[in-house]
Amino acid sequence: MSRVTWVRLAVVAGALAALEAACRSGLISPHTLVPPSVMLATAAKLLQSGEITADLLRTLRNVLAAFVTAVAGGFFIGVVLHAAPPLRRVAYPFLASYYAIPVFALYPALIVVFGMGDLPIIVIGFLFAVVAMIINTLDGLDRIPRVLLKTARVMRMGPVATALRIKLPSAAPHLFTGTKLAVAYSFIGVIAAEFILSGAGLGYAISYAYNNFNTARMYALMLLVITLVIAVNLAFYTWEQRLLRRRNLR
Amino acid sequence: MMRIHAELQGVTRVYPATPTHSAVHALGPVDLALGRGEFFSVVGPSGCGKSTLLEVLAGLAQPTAGSITFESATIQGAVPDGVGVVFQDDASFPWLNVRENVAFGLKRARLPAAEVRERVEYALSFMGLDDFALAYPAQLSGGMRQRVCIARTLVTQPRLILLDEPFGALDQQTRLLMGDELLRVWRETGATVLLITHALDEAAMLSDRVGVMSARPGRIIEVVKTGWSRDRDSRLASDAQFGNITSRLWRVLREESLKGLGRTGTPPRKQETI
Amino acid sequence: MIRRALEVFLFLAALTALWQLLYLVSGDVALSSPRDTAIAAMELLIAESFWRHVRETFSAFGYALFIAAGGGLALGLGLGLHRLSGAVAEPILVSLYSLPKITLYPLILLVFGLGMSAKVAFGALHGIVPVTLFCMNAVRTVNPAYLKTGRIMRVSRGAMVFTIVLPAALPEVFSGLRVCFSLTLLGVLIGEMFASQRGLGFLIMNAVGLHDVRTVMAITLLLAAFAVCANSVLLMADLRLHRRV
Repeated sequence: MSRVTWVRLAVVAGALAALEAACRSGLISPHTLVPPSVMLATAAKLLQSGEITADLLRTLRNVLAAFVTAVAGGFFIGVVLHAAPPLRRVAYPFLASYYAIPVFALYPALIVVFGMGDLPIIVIGFLFAVVAMIINTLDGLDRIPRVLLKTARVMRMGPVATALRIKLPSAAPHLFTGTKLAVAYSFIGVIAAEFILSGAGLGYAISYAYNNFNTARMYALMLLVITLVIAVNLAFYTWEQRLLRRRNLR
Repeated sequence: MMRIHAELQGVTRVYPATPTHSAVHALGPVDLALGRGEFFSVVGPSGCGKSTLLEVLAGLAQPTAGSITFESATIQGAVPDGVGVVFQDDASFPWLNVRENVAFGLKRARLPAAEVRERVEYALSFMGLDDFALAYPAQLSGGMRQRVCIARTLVTQPRLILLDEPFGALDQQTRLLMGDELLRVWRETGATVLLITHALDEAAMLSDRVGVMSARPGRIIEVVKTGWSRDRDSRLASDAQFGNITSRLWRVLREESLKGLGRTGTPPRKQETI
Repeated sequence: MIRRALEVFLFLAALTALWQLLYLVSGDVALSSPRDTAIAAMELLIAESFWRHVRETFSAFGYALFIAAGGGLALGLGLGLHRLSGAVAEPILVSLYSLPKITLYPLILLVFGLGMSAKVAFGALHGIVPVTLFCMNAVRTVNPAYLKTGRIMRVSRGAMVFTIVLPAALPEVFSGLRVCFSLTLLGVLIGEMFASQRGLGFLIMNAVGLHDVRTVMAITLLLAAFAVCANSVLLMADLRLHRRV
């Protein structure tokens, strides 16, 4: 492992140790924060007893559904917008300011349209993730070097072959960045929707524990969610960095 | 007898080994004496350490061994007063307009405002930039941007001007004309000029002397005297002597360039990754 | 210019038509019609009480934006200039960015209590990471030729930050601030949605509780209009800055 990785581990471990010490010494009241070791122990117990397995699987399934639909839909919309510049010019300010709009406000409407249950939550995850994918698809298609497209024409490739063998691989790093963001945003959308509005899933479990003053359980669940999300995202991040390095983009 | 203005003695530069790369001996040992007011060019195969030579002389990089003197003072990893550098990469600041770019160095030197204005206006008109004083670099062609960089160096009134392939990104015609501009700057200021270039014709046309560097680790293996008069310009290209000098440079350099190519057993990274 | 205005108008008309269609399909309980929503929005805009909530939201937003932008700039500059710290911090920052920050909300409440400071903290928490990341990367990738030029002109290290590094990084930093603007607003609104008795987020949540679809959609419409307008202005400035390079 490189020096940077070691320093990073030391920084994270140091921060956790400081937190642990602050909690143990009473500097931080146990009503505000429980020590990280207690969070970990409680989380292990929760996982072992299986009482949150249903919530966990449900959240993961919703995230996966939101992610897949967002990547496919975002790619499709991105390609369409790229092919129609006037449409894109007009739509762009809306896309750029999209993340300032609280889509949760639409949740009641979504329930009426899609019924109770998981579908409205998946839709919110989708709505969160799809725009990141659209923007990055546009970005990737924009940055295909002109000379590659000319090369394709010189080789007398048809539009389909050009799209599949030139455009797609050339834009791949940006598409991957979009995919990476779509994972993150699917998690954010799904968990936030569960947290604020739903009656099941990890987000709901946290908010339930909070409302019942079950601090230890709440923090254990928070730790679980955070670890899960960070693990998934870091895997994608590392993969992306490798891809970018291979293309000399970094 | 020439009066020495800047001198390198036994200068080497070795990039130390890192976990991923072994140590690289990039330069030297190089011995080189530049006369006051001389125009000296360095040509060499790509990757031979030409730019390293310039950076060491400018005080931008530390030599691993050897000594560098400028105006009888030793240079040790700090940029001395009186040195100006023009880089190959477009180094005009995109956030400043042409006039502000040119004035940049003077503003830092806390000169009286009237003098700053006077020097800037002079440099602008000298480089033919009067009409573009308020333009931003993004609105200019590559040749014009490089003029901005030369003007920016000019206003600081350097006594030693170092140029690192300044016209490398320009087309041939612009390049010849910029060479004329450079000769004009050299005559007008009386400065000593060191030009790093990969273009043999450029070196042959502009210089009093041309140093040819070997493949890495770069050493100066031959110095060719041109014998041009001080008020030369690009019309020299039709002079018979010009052809002689260029072909003599190529004879030496061809050998070294072949070595440089043969030595790289593995292709450079860019090619293997696409 | 006129063509541009026409394009925007057509796009908005298409969006409204789509909305109307959805309304016709799903009915009164789910959505309110574009016309009803517009009327509700007008009613809100002339009501004194609505503006009290607007002021509340925007003062929280102002504080949060100030903290996020200022803190992010300072942090990003430091991490960008110091290579090792930057390399150490980058994946940590990326992880923070992709975290569902809503899970941290109980923690914020426990630390700051209900009210203004919690909202500000939550907004700033959303906004600070993108500014830091953009600023760090911009500072790191400043063209080395600019820095060498500075050294040749014998500019001191401190002066170099203000005369070369920051101006060179400005376009990217501004993009970061644009993202920061959106996310901070979102953070403040989410904060208000379930931990406040005032502000637009609270109004939305309250209306959700009362099944008052009309008000929910009117407030969302007004917020969206504000966000799009503000972002269009920022986007224009952003494009201008980038064109310079």
